[in-house]
Amino acid sequence: MKPLNLLMATTALAIAGGMASAQDMTDEMTIVSWGGAYSNSQQKAYHEPYMEKTGVKIINDESSAEAVAKLRAMNEAGNVTWDVVDVVASDAIRLCDEGLAMEIDPDTQLAAAPDGTSAADDFGDLLVSECFIPQIVYSTAFGYRTDLVGDTPPDDICDVFDTETYPGKRSLEKRPINNMEWALLCDGVAKDDVYDVLATAEGQEQALAKLDTIKDDVIWWSAGADTPQLLADGEVVMGSTYNGRLFSVIEEQKQPVAMLWDAQVFDLDGWIIPAGLSEERKARALDYIMFATDTQRLADQAKYISYGPARASSAPLVGQHAELGIDMAPHMPTDPANAKNTFLYNYEFWADYRDDIDAKFQAWLAK
Amino acid sequence: MAALTPISRTPVSFYVPVVALTGAFAGLLVGTAQDNSLIGAVLGAALMAAVAFLMTSVIGQEKASRWGLTALMLLAGFAIGGIPGAVIGALFGWFFGWFTFWLFEGRYRARIAPYLTPGQVLWHFAFRVICGAIFVFLITPILVVIPLSFNAENFFTFTPEMLRFDPAGYSLKHYEDFFTNSDWQNALRNSLLIAPVATFLSVSFGTLAAIGLSQPHVPFRRAIMAILISPMIVPLIISAAGMYFFYSRIGLQGTYLGVVLAHAALGIPFVIITVTATLVGFDRSLTRAAANMGANPVTTFFRVQMPLILPGVISGGLFAFITSFDEVVVVLFVGSAGQKTLPWQMFTGLREQISPTILAVATILVVVSIALLTVVELLRRRSERLRGMSPG
Repeated sequence: MKPLNLLMATTALAIAGGMASAQDMTDEMTIVSWGGAYSNSQQKAYHEPYMEKTGVKIINDESSAEAVAKLRAMNEAGNVTWDVVDVVASDAIRLCDEGLAMEIDPDTQLAAAPDGTSAADDFGDLLVSECFIPQIVYSTAFGYRTDLVGDTPPDDICDVFDTETYPGKRSLEKRPINNMEWALLCDGVAKDDVYDVLATAEGQEQALAKLDTIKDDVIWWSAGADTPQLLADGEVVMGSTYNGRLFSVIEEQKQPVAMLWDAQVFDLDGWIIPAGLSEERKARALDYIMFATDTQRLADQAKYISYGPARASSAPLVGQHAELGIDMAPHMPTDPANAKNTFLYNYEFWADYRDDIDAKFQAWLAK
Repeated sequence: MAALTPISRTPVSFYVPVVALTGAFAGLLVGTAQDNSLIGAVLGAALMAAVAFLMTSVIGQEKASRWGLTALMLLAGFAIGGIPGAVIGALFGWFFGWFTFWLFEGRYRARIAPYLTPGQVLWHFAFRVICGAIFVFLITPILVVIPLSFNAENFFTFTPEMLRFDPAGYSLKHYEDFFTNSDWQNALRNSLLIAPVATFLSVSFGTLAAIGLSQPHVPFRRAIMAILISPMIVPLIISAAGMYFFYSRIGLQGTYLGVVLAHAALGIPFVIITVTATLVGFDRSLTRAAANMGANPVTTFFRVQMPLILPGVISGGLFAFITSFDEVVVVLFVGSAGQKTLPWQMFTGLREQISPTILAVATILVVVSIALLTVVELLRRRSERLRGMSPG
């Protein structure tokens, strides 16, 4: 019976320990992000200096992909366990509309630029929602295998649809957003008219018909890590993904891959604070946001990943990669050489048409 | 085992077509790898039929021709695909040499009862081939993972260096990452903290429930049993969603205790099933004998009953442990990031960053699981031996 008593005592202790640490939550905050190299850049640029400064323990949760669903469930259960959440702008708009995210006043709750410019002016147009604190500008662009495209590397978005010159598989994201726009651009629709055309049933048909021409050559991806893996494998000749992922494949992993920046689609990513936090957790989350989105911190993040800082005042401070020592500016989606032909993602359009076009896209995929 | 049946050489019309058929299958595999299945199959059949005829009827010497074939195939494989090709070629050569003479000399018949009809002999071997194929089907994904975990690159890719068996293509860096990265270490710590406690709770409650339910006088035994086993039958995602809302209300969501209780609930059915099974062989007169000699029920349980049903308790406990250790759905709901376990970390790692560290962890877990299951099997044999059910 002796060992049994010992076991029971240990269990009791372990359980007591578990409960004690649950009560200690006040010294911790849970920050939700995307994982991978991106979370790593946040860890180094924001979390580590903040933990050092305040002694707060930051726990990382890599659940941004299902942030909207999880926040809804948490709200329903009356038990919000996240303190700060990293989401893309369109998710922030949805969360804000549903009342699941807290509204932020940029003038009082965000830091001003070092030269005194107010945060509202510094972020400018990027403040697309009252709840959203922009962090980075990223783009969805293509990467291609330099050894599989012959002597004339692709330099036009329509090369993605040209399976004769560039035979082989392509990877595209398994959703209509971006793919429909690119299809129309390469089907003779002028850039300014894309969303007008896409708003009509015929326009949607036209985009799907264009995608139909390469459907047999497409591998559909759903996680940002898929295209880098497929490119490294040589499974695809070109594929779309977030530009920071491609940067990692090219510069950090030294794979034979190069960028096709043409018609890259800009999007925003940033923070929200969930609604319904207790006063002390809210205060801490706001304190963190104030710290992590100031001019210097946003510029620091660009040392680790090639996403453009969302503040105008951060851009001149972008320096070199922390480990590789290469200049980061030429790898930014916003660099003039890369941004010759860009495409601006239209939030309002997709907010209105997403469900409808999603259904058509999925039906087309299943055909 | 001595030969059961006298053997004799088989006619050309038997062994050449069979070898050709096998050759067609091997050719199909090679051909598919080169994007042309049909040509591969035809070439394989023709080549192997010719080789079989040549070896048996022209050369005739078994040893020399078998070694010759292995060497020839090794060279051919090397010419086509370098060192890996050579290894595969040599294996093919060895197999076909053995297979041809095995059929030609009629050795396949030696160890089977003489009265079997040809159809029964065919089934005898077909059955073994099917079993082997199922085994390969089950084990291949695990075998692919293990070498990839030693990849020197950060992708799930067999690099040319790896296929050439170049040491530069291999590294232990993903194992190093697992043992030095704080995320993985936290996840390991959480798993090691949660699984044993959940196992202990499962074993205690499960054993008590099994003993109680094995008493014939308990009313509604079957209904209670069904309810206790339901976590095993109800889809996990439904249990998980239910637990999430329930635990949120009572403040257990996002705590260690919550995850431990949830995992204990999942583990209890395994313990009940294994312990109930061992109790079937338990002789109740032993407890009466103990009572007769003045032992109270608690003493009887620990001194008499427990030692005898211990193997069942331990194997149930191991299943409960593995359930908790491998579980990802419930912990995603009931836990919060502070209780991130190994499977959770692997799940997010797989989704957000396809890094071979996951494969390194998977390899370690496979080794641990094999060790645990070996323990279960040894215990089972021991218990059978103790109860005199098997001579071993």
